[in-house]
Amino acid sequence: MSLKTDATLASSTVERRKPWRTQSFKDHLSGYLYISPFFLIFGVFTVFPVLWSGYISFFSWNILGDKEFIGLQNYVWLITDDPRFWKSVGNTFSIWILSTVPQLFFALVIANILNSNVLKFKQFFRVGLFVPNVTSLVAVAIVFTSIFGYNYGLLNYALNSLFGLENTDWGASYYGAQLVLSIMVMWRWTGYNAIIYLAALQSIPGDLYEAATIDGASKTQQFFHITIPMIRPMILFTVVMSTIGGMQLFVEPLLYQGAQGGSQGQVLTMVLYLYDTAFTKNSFGYASAIAWLMFLIIIAFSFFNMYLTRKIQSAN
Amino acid sequence: MKAIGRIALYVSITIFFLLSIFPFYWMFVIGSRTTADTNRFPPALAPGGLYIENITKVFNEIPFFLALWNTIMVASLVTASTLFFGSLAAFAFSKLKFRGSSWLFGFIVATLMIPGQLGLVPTYIIMSNLGWINDLKAVIVPGLVGAFGIFWLKQYIDSTVHNELIESARMDGCTNFQTYSRIALPTIRPALASLGILTFMGVWNDFLWPSVVLKDAEIQTIQIALRNLNRVYYRDNAMIMAGTFLATLPLLAAAIAFSKQFIAGLTQGAVKG
Repeated sequence: MSLKTDATLASSTVERRKPWRTQSFKDHLSGYLYISPFFLIFGVFTVFPVLWSGYISFFSWNILGDKEFIGLQNYVWLITDDPRFWKSVGNTFSIWILSTVPQLFFALVIANILNSNVLKFKQFFRVGLFVPNVTSLVAVAIVFTSIFGYNYGLLNYALNSLFGLENTDWGASYYGAQLVLSIMVMWRWTGYNAIIYLAALQSIPGDLYEAATIDGASKTQQFFHITIPMIRPMILFTVVMSTIGGMQLFVEPLLYQGAQGGSQGQVLTMVLYLYDTAFTKNSFGYASAIAWLMFLIIIAFSFFNMYLTRKIQSAN
Repeated sequence: MKAIGRIALYVSITIFFLLSIFPFYWMFVIGSRTTADTNRFPPALAPGGLYIENITKVFNEIPFFLALWNTIMVASLVTASTLFFGSLAAFAFSKLKFRGSSWLFGFIVATLMIPGQLGLVPTYIIMSNLGWINDLKAVIVPGLVGAFGIFWLKQYIDSTVHNELIESARMDGCTNFQTYSRIALPTIRPALASLGILTFMGVWNDFLWPSVVLKDAEIQTIQIALRNLNRVYYRDNAMIMAGTFLATLPLLAAAIAFSKQFIAGLTQGAVKG
């Protein structure tokens, strides 16, 4: 204790003479210096482009032609006269729900199995579950297209020979295509989330369960009263990350059904629509308006999400 | 009763395991046959003998190893820099007292919500003004440091690097940078490992941005090069799968080699909500 006081005294004496030698000054200097690379990169390649795209959104601008200021007209068109945009919003949410809910549920189941004391070869299973995350999306799209193909698809073959079912045209049907896409997303991320949950499960102290067992709590009771509350932060983390990922879903639908999102826009997501407008049709002004409206929708949804999680937390 | 439970456990984990690796396995099946073979009913389930033939076709169509080399360069640079600048910033937010630090950190976390595509068009214009179209710089520079990495490492430093350690290092005369490099950095090695794997894999498999800025064949990353195997009139899936399979193997090997560290990095710092 006395040592510390001496040190404080000493530093305050120095402070009067040489302010740049104090710890506080050094902390400020290093602090700002250490975080500056992020703000530099972020400023140039995110903030500036985002603000600029806000500016562009007030223009009618095809890359070859001149810019023409049209005020809020892009937004008016987008909101009142563009069914494709609203379809893409709906699709984004339905695909998000279809993929996230089962994904996180199965991840929790898998994590619990992997965490079981009696299970052997854990390392082996864990690596297997991580394989989907390593596989490139180009491959994922082709493989899933051939599994869910109409004429020669593996699934249709299995359904046909096992149950005598007629072939289903998964890609062409509206919800069929969304289902295939959701399974693609699920396949890629379930193991990843399972491993995150596993890590959380392993950090729960074992004596909590011992005490509960002595008190006569069943396995199910232990799961809902110890496991779930203890890993809640990790569950929230995965929900947040899946929401961010799901709202920005783009490469999978592009590779699966092309830039139009399929013949009837089955898998046209918000970002895919943005991409198509900007880079196929070259309508940069309109694309910027899509980007900003999309951004506002994501923000609104994130706040709704936060509100919901707070409600759930306070209910417990 | 116990035995039944154990069997159920193994059966269910095996099902999940098989579902996980099946598409990857089938990728090899397609890659070792002819495309006509896979367009048949019933579909082929066992590998054929044409893998070498298909991969040779890939080598003739695209500069495969050049693209692989480009990808390794980009992914290594981005990963190294993300870990360095990310841990430096995380250290500052966690252990240094400076005005506005909590506000700035909150801002960084909030930026995770901004979709990367929001500024796609202007970023493209910036890149073309810088003359970086068809230059790997266009892919490397924006990825040098990311919000997710700072967030991830800050949580970890908060819960594993104790303030007493920092104070005693200072009393021994360590500068801030020495405290960071000698005290914080060794402690957060597991978190660096898991963040490193995630970043490396992310860059390796990144598709959208590279496809926008890298047009020339000799400067492409492997994902874009493989995508170019798509022909307008006829798509040789067998060839694409042979190439993709080969391009995935290094990543898979890395994931297996580091999987222990990956788990360790997740466990000890257990991300707080």
